[in-house]
Amino acid sequence: MFELLGVPPQALMGQLLLGLINGAFYALLSLGLAVIFGLMNVINFTHGAQYMMGAFVAWMLLQYAGIPYWGALVLVPVIVGATGVVIERLLISRLYHLDHLYGLLLTFGLALIIEGLFRQQYGSSGLPYSNPIPGGQNLGFMFLPWYRGWVVGFSLAVCLVTWFTIERTKLGAYLRAATERPDLVQAFGINVPRMITLTYGVGVGLAALAGVLAAPIYTVNPTMGANLIIVVFAVVVIGGMGSILGSIVTGFGLGIVEGLTKVFWPEASATVIFVIMAIVLMVRPQGLFGTPR
Amino acid sequence: MTSRKAAADGRNVEMIVFAVLMAVMMVAPFVVYPILLMKILCFALFACAFNLLIGYGGLLSFGHAMFFGFAAYVSAYTVKAWGLSTELGILAGTAVAAGLGLVVGLIAIRRQGIYFAMVTLALAQMVFFFCLQAPFTGGEDGIQAIPRRALFGLIDISKDMSFYYVVLAIFAIGFLIIYRTIHSPFGQVLKAIRENEPRAVSLGYAVDRFKLIAFVLSATFAGLAGATKTIVFQLASLTDVTWQMSGEVVLMTLVGGMGTVFGPIVGAAIIVLMQNTLTGFGEWVLVMQGCIFVLTVLLFRRGIVGEIVAAARRRSDAVGREAATEG
Amino acid sequence: MTHMKQMLLGSLAVAALCVGTAGQASAQYTDGTIKIGVMNDQSGTYADLSGQGSVFAAKKAVEDFCKAQKCFDKIEVVFADHQNKPDIGSGVARRWYDVEQVDVIVDVPTSSVALAINQITREKNKVFLNSGAGASDLTGSACSPNLIHWTYDTWALAHGTGSALVKQGGKTWFFLTADYAFGHALERDTAAVVEQMGGKVLGKVRHPFPAQDFSSFLLQAQGSKAQVIGLANAGADTINSIKQASEFGIVQGGQKLAGLLVFITDVHALGLKTAQGLTFTEAWYWDTSDANRAFAKEFSAANKGNYPSMVQAGVYSAVMHYLKAVHALGSDADGAKVVEKMKEMPTDDKLFGKGTIRADGRKIHDVMLVEVKKPEESKGPWDYHKVIATIPASEAFRPLADGGCALVK
Repeated sequence: MFELLGVPPQALMGQLLLGLINGAFYALLSLGLAVIFGLMNVINFTHGAQYMMGAFVAWMLLQYAGIPYWGALVLVPVIVGATGVVIERLLISRLYHLDHLYGLLLTFGLALIIEGLFRQQYGSSGLPYSNPIPGGQNLGFMFLPWYRGWVVGFSLAVCLVTWFTIERTKLGAYLRAATERPDLVQAFGINVPRMITLTYGVGVGLAALAGVLAAPIYTVNPTMGANLIIVVFAVVVIGGMGSILGSIVTGFGLGIVEGLTKVFWPEASATVIFVIMAIVLMVRPQGLFGTPR
Repeated sequence: MTSRKAAADGRNVEMIVFAVLMAVMMVAPFVVYPILLMKILCFALFACAFNLLIGYGGLLSFGHAMFFGFAAYVSAYTVKAWGLSTELGILAGTAVAAGLGLVVGLIAIRRQGIYFAMVTLALAQMVFFFCLQAPFTGGEDGIQAIPRRALFGLIDISKDMSFYYVVLAIFAIGFLIIYRTIHSPFGQVLKAIRENEPRAVSLGYAVDRFKLIAFVLSATFAGLAGATKTIVFQLASLTDVTWQMSGEVVLMTLVGGMGTVFGPIVGAAIIVLMQNTLTGFGEWVLVMQGCIFVLTVLLFRRGIVGEIVAAARRRSDAVGREAATEG
Repeated sequence: MTHMKQMLLGSLAVAALCVGTAGQASAQYTDGTIKIGVMNDQSGTYADLSGQGSVFAAKKAVEDFCKAQKCFDKIEVVFADHQNKPDIGSGVARRWYDVEQVDVIVDVPTSSVALAINQITREKNKVFLNSGAGASDLTGSACSPNLIHWTYDTWALAHGTGSALVKQGGKTWFFLTADYAFGHALERDTAAVVEQMGGKVLGKVRHPFPAQDFSSFLLQAQGSKAQVIGLANAGADTINSIKQASEFGIVQGGQKLAGLLVFITDVHALGLKTAQGLTFTEAWYWDTSDANRAFAKEFSAANKGNYPSMVQAGVYSAVMHYLKAVHALGSDADGAKVVEKMKEMPTDDKLFGKGTIRADGRKIHDVMLVEVKKPEESKGPWDYHKVIATIPASEAFRPLADGGCALVK
């Protein structure tokens, strides 16, 4: 039996699979960011906080209304997405005529407010959320919990549906057209502002969905988004800002790269993505899948 | 009134404001807790350095904590482990920050706008990682119990009151150099680049070199601020290299007014005072900071000082027009 | 807690005003009051194990002291949040000592902050009673004549857990270590015990701090086939690693999890279903005596149903002893003198019983090894621990000579 740098192949297989699972979270989150950036030109720094809200709302639904995980999976994206719609209408829509740095600063401020409020209300030691599908299957090279398998399959499906909607349907075509030439699309009788508002809602809903998926694995914690957002930014930048397909592929890909780093140099696993980001920005600033603007 | 004369008048006003500010700061420690004042001064210098880049160069760095925090570590280490004197320790930190600024600048200035912000963020995360890992930084314990050795071997600075005046002097020197830079021909070119980069290129300016110099200067003074802060608190810690610290300096500058001379000082004072009054309520500090961010972006994008200057200008314009119609 | 915070802006000051006996009224104080500053994590990972609970414990100690001894002056308890950051903690400490005339700082979880406060306290000649932090350096290389390290330390936890598990047959170990100084120290201390007792360390993996996903590291631990997986991390990292270990069926697979820094509040957050079988060391557990149970009952009524952790109990005990020493001395002005007096007097309070304080500042008492109960074994709220061994005070802490404390001649 051969070994790769001292790691047996079975172990490596296991790590690759785990990397793919973590990649599923990156993909879902960066997808939402890419949708928002690609169609609205807004860098949504609130994304991490919205992911955290997703996990919290799932917890609240269970705690206060007795709605289990499967119900939360449907309801949470709608609820959190609705808060996104409100935020877009009240705040973000006022900044479209300005440099996008202002959008970044505004959403950064919002992220601080949301995180602060949740910390103030729930502390930050974390709340438990039980696993809806306990147990798992021994694959020979590793023990795969059913839930992790579900996460990877489900998020892949969501990513593909989103990509298909935006790139291959009529609705997607309107959306893309509205980004390029809002005046023209408006002239065709399409309500562009409403479409943009809904886009933001959908992007936020995707973040919340990732939050629901994360709740049973990680403790539900107000700080869960704050550290992740920076990584997800890096994913989006590497994939090419605004590229839907790029964000999906890069999300899964970087999950795997990170997984491998955890085997060979675990201490660096939190930083490897930034190294890749710096290199990509130097060599191919538009990102791996982006088109130069 | 010619514009050159107006500019000269503006500068006179600014120097008067600065003199008043200095006079107030000279007596302030008799009334206010000196450590708090020193913290404000350090952050004010940090924000001024940051402002040089964003306010006059139009470059948003989202990783300025790397200079501030890394310089803090370097001066802490050189003073504590190598036994350097206080002034040499601060200089060492500042010099290393300048060097780091040169390296980061060379990489970052090749990108613009949001990509520039992202490159600086990525590099800052790497510096953070380095600080977390490198044995000399002491990991999450940081470097503690940094001695405050006598300055030049003569001036005793172990008492907060005496060190305060040293910090004030460092701030004043840093501020004046930044101020001079802004108003020099170099600063004018920088502003021209910010306004319209292609035009500056077509006028024959080596745009990249100007940006690089601005970046290095900004990094250097951010480093000076961090190195000084570390001697004030006798502690260098990871907090100063986190991306949240990079966000904080953006907030200070934004609140006070980007591209204004005194804005960053006002912004730094407000944020530090707010954090100081709200200790004990970690989460409310976050909420307050977030609200300030949002309100500033929505309501007064010019920042406090920026709005005041704009109001004053509107008024003097109105007066000028009246005078013109009468005359 | 929330409600209280909103009610009281700034640091909360509760005055326990007691009428003094005439003879001692002239006692020399820094400012006529004994001001006790409880500094800890009010909102982060350690808020449940210290936080407002420690403030309650300190106030309770003042109240009980005044009932028993008749206080001779005003005793005030204030608190602040250090957010687990040394720069914030040292900022508050300086302000407390310089401006607000605080005489003693208690609690301070998070080793990095504790080390910073220790140094400032020594510089200002005040008193620092640490209950929350683990760093055994506090009574070793960083020891100070102004400090008493009260409840536990990493050496005690590592030794207690390490040696007991090896004795039970856990010969092979794998460490999951948070990649920072504190994690390294925990790992080093435990590995030393394990090897000394004839066990073997098969491997270790260092995870970034803080981390969210431990699956990769756990899989490496699982692959090592070690009998015991030592968790050399703390707070949210520990909770997440235990939670994910249960997801990957690690305990069911026959490996044992050893928490090297786990508190009862962590067990509560995890739930017995996930935490069962986890073994760790505690310096104090509420369900061990009538006095402890009574204290826990009162504590839980005032703290949203939470029961006291060993850290909070330690705050009570430390404040009580401090007040006794100041009372005996008739002054709180000289921090080093107060600490000297505290070391001289044997300790005795309702929670920790009788004990002593060593020259290096280490408070000495028994510690116990506990195992988390199965859900069906638990009979009531917070009935979580089975005490499986008691480590006598003489063996529980690092021998005086090994610490390298300069105060020990």
